[in-house]
Amino acid sequence: MSASARPIATTRSTAGMPTGRLAVWWVIASEIVIFGGLLGSYIMFRLSHDSFAAEAANTNMYVGAFNTWVLLTSSLFAVLGHKAAEEGNGPKAAKMLYLTFGGGLIFLLVKTWEWSEKISHGHTLSSSTFFSFYYTAAGLHALHVIAGMVIMAIVAQTAKRNLELHRVELIGIYWHFVDLVWIFLFPLLYIAK
Amino acid sequence: MSLHDHAPSHAHEEGHGDGHATHHPNYVKIYLILLVLLVISILGPELEIRIVTLVTAFGVACIKAWMVAKNFMHITMAPRYVLYLVATTLVFMLLFFAGTAPDVMKFSGTRWEKTPVAHVQAAPHGDAAHH
Repeated sequence: MSASARPIATTRSTAGMPTGRLAVWWVIASEIVIFGGLLGSYIMFRLSHDSFAAEAANTNMYVGAFNTWVLLTSSLFAVLGHKAAEEGNGPKAAKMLYLTFGGGLIFLLVKTWEWSEKISHGHTLSSSTFFSFYYTAAGLHALHVIAGMVIMAIVAQTAKRNLELHRVELIGIYWHFVDLVWIFLFPLLYIAK
Repeated sequence: MSLHDHAPSHAHEEGHGDGHATHHPNYVKIYLILLVLLVISILGPELEIRIVTLVTAFGVACIKAWMVAKNFMHITMAPRYVLYLVATTLVFMLLFFAGTAPDVMKFSGTRWEKTPVAHVQAAPHGDAAHH
């Protein structure tokens, strides 16, 4: 894209940072309220209903831990992609984003297997309040993982050609937030029994 | 802040619209620390001591979250505006919790008692209509 045709929102810098980065932080701020409300409600019920402990015993801590490791590793790739983009190395940044994408894919595959197993054992969305929270929180998080993967694939396509490298950092910030949410979901859903 | 009326000339400038290069710490080292913390959060609950579980699971989760926000999201290097924005949403979250927790977590109070759902369902429909 030529300099004159470049959208003003891409080049403008308000609030002391590029508009794109500012927008991502606003998205994250709204996400904190969404996930915060959900997790806050879960904590209230968890602390006041003993039956949650018995239901939580049906989750597998090691599967949750594996997925935590997968997301942490994908976050490492995302931030290495950001570093590569700042060094002007688009192909390397794209490669890192593809690896991050792979991490998201593994996470979703594990989640699919885990959910299939739970459903086959009769633990469905409506079987108990705990599992209502479990599927809602983990499902909402999984939707964010899918959204991040789609955006990441698009960003990687342009980064590969050394274009729009600033976007690598933006999708990275979003991905780290998705990782951060899981960091709290893991102990809440898998450890506290 | 002024408007940039032309596109950044190369990739390096594109990444720093605020004119500052991001300081990149040793990410692999941070990642390894995060993994150690993950192992602690798994092993802690195995001791089956409530306080140890709380500290190793939730305390460690808070440390991990801060490490990710600081080192991967570079939140401390962002303008103060971002910190205030995030802090405001966290305060709203706490307000929501404080405002609704008594309704959810308390089962009785002065001249009121929460009716279990099972009892409400067991009552004849006619009763509910009359009261």
